[in-house]
Amino acid sequence: MAIFPPQNRLWWKEPLSGIEITWIGVAFVWGLVMFGTMVGWHFVGKQNLSNETYRINPNAFGEKVEAMVERYQVREEGDTGIPVVHPAPGTDIYMLGRLWEWYPVLELEKDQKYRLHLSSMDWQHGFSLQPQNINLQVHPGYEMVLTITPDKSGEYAVVCNEFCGIGHHTMVGKIHVIDNK
Amino acid sequence: MAVDTQAPSRGFIGASYRTCPETGLKVCSQAEALIKVNAVVAVVFLAVGGFFGLMVALTRWPAVHLLPADWFYLLLTAHGADVLLFWVIFFEVAVLYFASAIILNCRLAAPKFAWLAFVLMVVGAVLANVAVLQGESSVMFTSYVPMQAAPHFYLGLIVFAVGTLIAVFCFFGTLVIAKEEGSYEGSVPLVTFGAITAAIIAVFTIASGAIILIPTFLWSIGYISHIDPLMYKVIWWGMGHASQQINVSAQVAIWYAVAAMLLGAKPLSEKVSRMAFLMYILFLQLASAHHLLVEPGVSSEWKIFNTSYALYLAVLGSMIHGMSIPGAMEAAQRRNGFNNGIFEWLRKAPWSNPAFSGTMLSIVIFGFLGGISGVVMGTEQLNLIMHNTLYVPGHFHATVVGGTTLAFMAVSYLLVPLIFRKEIMFKKIAQWQPYVFGAGVAGISLFMMGAGTLGVARRHWDMGFSDAAMSFDYPATAFLMMGLNGIAALCAALGGLMYVLVIVCSVFFGKARTPESIAAFPTLPKTGGAATVTTYGSEAHPKLPGTVVLVSVFFVAFVLYYYVNWKYLSEVWPLS
Amino acid sequence: MSDQNTGSGGAPEERVPAMQRLLDNPFLLLFMGVATPAALYLLWGVMELSQIPLAP
Repeated sequence: MAIFPPQNRLWWKEPLSGIEITWIGVAFVWGLVMFGTMVGWHFVGKQNLSNETYRINPNAFGEKVEAMVERYQVREEGDTGIPVVHPAPGTDIYMLGRLWEWYPVLELEKDQKYRLHLSSMDWQHGFSLQPQNINLQVHPGYEMVLTITPDKSGEYAVVCNEFCGIGHHTMVGKIHVIDNK
Repeated sequence: MAVDTQAPSRGFIGASYRTCPETGLKVCSQAEALIKVNAVVAVVFLAVGGFFGLMVALTRWPAVHLLPADWFYLLLTAHGADVLLFWVIFFEVAVLYFASAIILNCRLAAPKFAWLAFVLMVVGAVLANVAVLQGESSVMFTSYVPMQAAPHFYLGLIVFAVGTLIAVFCFFGTLVIAKEEGSYEGSVPLVTFGAITAAIIAVFTIASGAIILIPTFLWSIGYISHIDPLMYKVIWWGMGHASQQINVSAQVAIWYAVAAMLLGAKPLSEKVSRMAFLMYILFLQLASAHHLLVEPGVSSEWKIFNTSYALYLAVLGSMIHGMSIPGAMEAAQRRNGFNNGIFEWLRKAPWSNPAFSGTMLSIVIFGFLGGISGVVMGTEQLNLIMHNTLYVPGHFHATVVGGTTLAFMAVSYLLVPLIFRKEIMFKKIAQWQPYVFGAGVAGISLFMMGAGTLGVARRHWDMGFSDAAMSFDYPATAFLMMGLNGIAALCAALGGLMYVLVIVCSVFFGKARTPESIAAFPTLPKTGGAATVTTYGSEAHPKLPGTVVLVSVFFVAFVLYYYVNWKYLSEVWPLS
Repeated sequence: MSDQNTGSGGAPEERVPAMQRLLDNPFLLLFMGVATPAALYLLWGVMELSQIPLAP
């Protein structure tokens, strides 16, 4: 009875039954396999996060974003007034989150590599690329850098999935991925 | 709080006891009173927080969309605090007092401090609720900085945590008294060992909470200018996730207790079960890293090591409990005479007893839905396709509601007759309650995980984005999932209401247990209970074919679901 | 834990194994259960955060 003290004073010395030993072995090996899968994916898998992060003043990050917009803006997104930028493949691209928008709209070329920089101007935001369902956390004061390779063309939404106040549900951005000629 | 017998000369002067007519245990009257008040307050917070949860679910049901945005975020914050923190911790304090003073047959240490702890916890919990309901603290349960709540929101949580810490030390003090006064021989019972595990994790939880919430409180009153959002998040989750590991430990202890009390189940091996708890003590709390897997600034090494609970050793612990509890039940049932075929022991188990059915549903929902999804979501790379989607609440409703809450509900059906000494009223409703609640919770978990797999954001008022400048449409299936989730939430709410009705009516208006009613309807049946168990300690190597089948099914489901998600991951944009 | 070696019956009894004595000592377990996550999760994590470089 688990609600009474073990009667055998030296319960540690009781031998185990076969089913217990087998199950412990199976569970332990399975744990190692799962651990190995996580480590191994860093070597063979294509979806891993970089560990590249910098501290940055939000205004300094904002200036980098503006510099990219000035250099690469191609149009505005519909009637929203938000600039669409088409940066050169292989370059650094920026997206910032603030109450309550993702800025700017990016237009990327399929199968090209880009170094994406993410940060927030105010509170925490959640970068949720849909319908891919890639989700990243975005902090103010920290610049996260990762290399992305969009491998399917189409129109993608960036939904905010970290609660950021009353307008949170209106915070949707866009990334266009176009076929390169 | 009737006192049947005064303590003999042994022990603390003034401690009074009664002798339990069903178990023969000596029941410290102070411990008994404290168990009662903590359990009653816990149920109040469950009722309030559960109601808020229903409002949230009805808002997320696209066809209903009940609340406006500000009320949605407000009630979602209150829902999180009331059930994820206040309901479970008040109940856990009751469990700690039960597992120390009652099971160890001794008096409660420092009852005055235990009452102080109770008062502080109530004051803190009420203060936090007032702050949220005033509308200036809709910051979610996690209150990530730099979003700021009203100062008394943080203060309420701090006062609550201080109270909890005092209660935990009363528990440890009781262990010392029991040892010194020799109220038991040898080692503590396994259930008490599980409670020790919960209490240890509680200490780490509260320490982490203090490290981060006190500066955050000072920041909210303008005394500190800046709280680093990443630092906040790492330390906050040392509290936020570890607090849910208290639940896991307490609920596993309850699984062992109910199996023992109703079926007379003995642990297959004291050594194995206690080592599994040791894995919890050492490694379970590392899983706080589950919340930081797509965060900037922490390395993959830190993420992989911590998210895997140090090479999945805490998962090993859970898998051991998941085998040894059904195994102990099977062994006991076979000893009780249900020895035909593979599953007669399970078919002829007391399924009409809500304490048993609740426990079994808790084990199944926690293991299959909560456990597997938790490990999958807590895999460094797989978290990329799940973080902050509805998959997260889908997972933790399976663990905290389907696992912990259902286990606490189940054990309530034993606490009311044994501690409150009242008959359970509305026996038919009580009999169905775990099934209604369990079905609802399983639905909530599955449908939210389904919506999350389709990308739907958690903590989000409008999945249709009707006010957004740039729109996006989730797949139609996702809307269907959220409708089904609303229906499942109604079912769970009905189950919750049945529980509150039965427990509150029984406690306040139920008939007192008499020697005749105890003889006619014993809480601990003759097949189980202390009566037939002549020797306790570990089982002598029984054959357990039913348990082998059950854990094999579990293992296959685990492996398949794990690699299905790697397949999903491999299809998204390459990232590095 | 000093009384581990003396049985109540008075007969000479076998010494309790070390692992069992560890599991029977809640305060040692408390220390281990707080120190392990404090070192591996909190300290290691905070150290990493404090080493994040400034943006170029």
